[in-house]
Amino acid sequence: MKLAYWMYAGPAHIGTLRVASSFKNVHAIMHAPLGDDYFNVMRSMLERERDFTAATASIVDRHVLARGSQERVVDNILRKDKEEHPDLIILTPTCTSSILQEDLQNFVDRASIISDSDVIFADVDHYQVNEIQAADRTLEQVVRYYLDRCHRQEKLDKFLTDAPSVNIIGIFTLGFHNQHDCRELRRLLRDLDIEINQIIPEGGSVEDLQNLPKAWFNLIPYREVGLMTAMYLNKEYGMPYISTAPMGAVDMAEWIRQIQKNVNILALCSSSKRVDYEPYIDGQTRFVSQAAWFSRSIDCQNLTGKETVVFGDATHAASITKILVREMGIRVSCAGTYCKHDAEWFKEQIQGFCDEILITDDHSEVGDMIAHMEPSAIFGTQMERHIGKRLDIPCGVISAPVHIQNFPLGYRPFLGYEGTNQIADLIYNSFALGMEDHLLDIFGGHDTKEIISKSLSTDISLIWNPESRLELSKIPRFAREKVERNTEKFARQKGIET
Amino acid sequence: MSVKIDETLTVECETGNYHTFCPISCVSWLYQKIEDSFFLVVGTKTCGYFLQNALGVMIFAEPRYAMAELEEGDISAQLNDYEGLKKLCIRIKKDRDPSVIIWIGTCTTEIIKMDLEGMAPKLEWEIGIPILVARANGLDYAFTQGEDTVLAAIAHRCPEPEFSVRERKETIQKFFTFHSRKKEELVEYANHPSLVLFGSLPSNVASQLNLELKRQSIKVSGWLPAQKYIDLPSLGDGVYVCGVNPFLSRTATTLIRREKCELIIAPFPIGPDGTRAWIEKICSVLGVETQGLEEREERIWESLKDYLDLVCGKSVFFMGDNLLEVSLARFLIRCGMIVHEIGIPYMDKRYQAAELSLLQDTCIKMCVPIPRIVEKPDNSNQIRRIRE
Repeated sequence: MKLAYWMYAGPAHIGTLRVASSFKNVHAIMHAPLGDDYFNVMRSMLERERDFTAATASIVDRHVLARGSQERVVDNILRKDKEEHPDLIILTPTCTSSILQEDLQNFVDRASIISDSDVIFADVDHYQVNEIQAADRTLEQVVRYYLDRCHRQEKLDKFLTDAPSVNIIGIFTLGFHNQHDCRELRRLLRDLDIEINQIIPEGGSVEDLQNLPKAWFNLIPYREVGLMTAMYLNKEYGMPYISTAPMGAVDMAEWIRQIQKNVNILALCSSSKRVDYEPYIDGQTRFVSQAAWFSRSIDCQNLTGKETVVFGDATHAASITKILVREMGIRVSCAGTYCKHDAEWFKEQIQGFCDEILITDDHSEVGDMIAHMEPSAIFGTQMERHIGKRLDIPCGVISAPVHIQNFPLGYRPFLGYEGTNQIADLIYNSFALGMEDHLLDIFGGHDTKEIISKSLSTDISLIWNPESRLELSKIPRFAREKVERNTEKFARQKGIET
Repeated sequence: MSVKIDETLTVECETGNYHTFCPISCVSWLYQKIEDSFFLVVGTKTCGYFLQNALGVMIFAEPRYAMAELEEGDISAQLNDYEGLKKLCIRIKKDRDPSVIIWIGTCTTEIIKMDLEGMAPKLEWEIGIPILVARANGLDYAFTQGEDTVLAAIAHRCPEPEFSVRERKETIQKFFTFHSRKKEELVEYANHPSLVLFGSLPSNVASQLNLELKRQSIKVSGWLPAQKYIDLPSLGDGVYVCGVNPFLSRTATTLIRREKCELIIAPFPIGPDGTRAWIEKICSVLGVETQGLEEREERIWESLKDYLDLVCGKSVFFMGDNLLEVSLARFLIRCGMIVHEIGIPYMDKRYQAAELSLLQDTCIKMCVPIPRIVEKPDNSNQIRRIRE
């Protein structure tokens, strides 16, 4: 038992639901008590999704507790099958229902005999894995299910496409800037003359999964989710994959070079030409992305040597650390991640880029570390943003967990060359706005003129008795004066004196 | 399964799959209302993540709420849960020093049959802070019923009449000012039995209700919950209680049975019509004559005229999640809207009896058909019905 105020990653079933609702025409059924299905609300609230989310709950109540689910789960599955005709139904338990230890796999087997749709049981242990790991596993499970089945039925078409093509694995609903990143990746691949075979799971269809092996290789933009699937495809079908995150100018170049290598190897066997992307990399880095030029400018030179702290998921925290140090000359006193299961990779990536490394999922440790380091800026999650507010240190948000701010209506990718611009803006603004406040403090205030009396007329002063003063004090401070004035105005109009 | 009340009001139960929030959501408003409380939710990551998203920004202000997150060792009963809770409560006492710690039981604690009620008194005795247990779990309750279970638990701690918790501390002080205070009070209020209101409302709304009753010369002895735990009202034989929220049936039952209070069943003070009926009922039970209620209600309706023009003639369908639906439907019908259906997770017919009959009367008065009430509705069926 531990005292928890805040968690960085959600519970496992949220990961599974994210995979299910990213695919088209897939329905998720949660075996859960009332109230565990807040996922629907999260999607409409944060992602601003217009339609109903395809996730329903098969309610666990006292009857279920006493007598077991019996027919209820199977009935619910069959009902959804008839009502919505999804391609696939995924049954997932939640923390509560997994304690009940009902044989949900059995229900799934029974239902799949009768239903038209495929039915899978999402096999994740709710007490061992968190949201991110569950998403990774469920995606792999779904891909594996369809590919294995096709393979058994010997319907698998393993011939590669004629022209170079890739799969992008790991774009999700409720992911941090995922939709924008996806658009940016499409643009990049178009520039490189590479076709996109499939993007999973967001917007993908399970019927098309059998075509995954036709692509030349796989791209995994965020290693937290998608890596398991890539490793499976690599093992079973020999598909190479690139798991470098195309974030920041240096890693972008590296990413494109890896793509080049993969394309050229396979070009030998197909009728495609070899490619050389060096001129493209050069052009983009020097002219299209403003970040590289900006980092040489005097504005940015001001930031050289300033200290920062970085914290977030493994992909973003590592990439931002490298960008700060390599591309902008800013010091990173401490970098950390809450992805404890990926600690080794993380440490290896940022070795030499920062003074200290912190691997933890306890936000108070992160808070203590920041208070101790006293950096000029923080780059972290929403939690770090609030730690920054408390300690008066500016903060830019670079990773999930997410908040409504992280689903902007405008176009804001973190990946690609446009991403380098966005990141540079974020970093610069975080520092600059912080400095503005300090300057104003040093040079004496935000408003140099005395505020002349705001009252309408001061000849009749009104009497506020203790009871009404008490009522007034219940109003939040920022509105209090206004309310006081309006009340007095109303009283004067009515000729009341106390 | 359908039950008929009178010929025209039908209540059905669909036992379907519907969406509502978990009852632990009540923590998000109760911890703000009771200023010296601390809420400890004993549950899993799912519960914690939900509250994190529900409380949003507030969670960063380190509010008087925390999760006691159960891990695998706790679930399989390998670790001693008493010791675990004790450690957490000692820390809470050190960090926040609340007047009361309220343990909120969740689905998980229900399933693993964690004996919270057994452990609480023992721990209370050890660390010296009152500990209450409220089982707000999604297996039995929905959304606002969380508040119901918490208030029912708090009701047990209300003192007997004559001595309130605060008064015990201030008796000596009061003695000297006794005479002059009494005289003032007699002038403003009629002589009537003690009245306590229950239900959690923001304090300015509660003040408004107090003032409305004051206009009728009725003094409210206290509220459950009070702004501070130490200010709990006295309850007991001869005290009249009246609820302000429609979902407080368990609290009402506790007050009648355990505390032996008299319950005033009135429609709820939602909307000018509801508020007037509420005041009227209270006055009639307490033997006080009402003054000027009709004009007051008329004036409020006047001030709403612009909004009424907007909604008049439009229709609404309640899918149901917060148990306030019957009162809201009644108000909207009075505003001139048509209500097709009222979905509601659970309705206690006795506690809401006055509200239901006011609903019927309002429908007859506004010449609209009485909507059907569906308990535990099924969302897909409802969507189908909406389309039809």
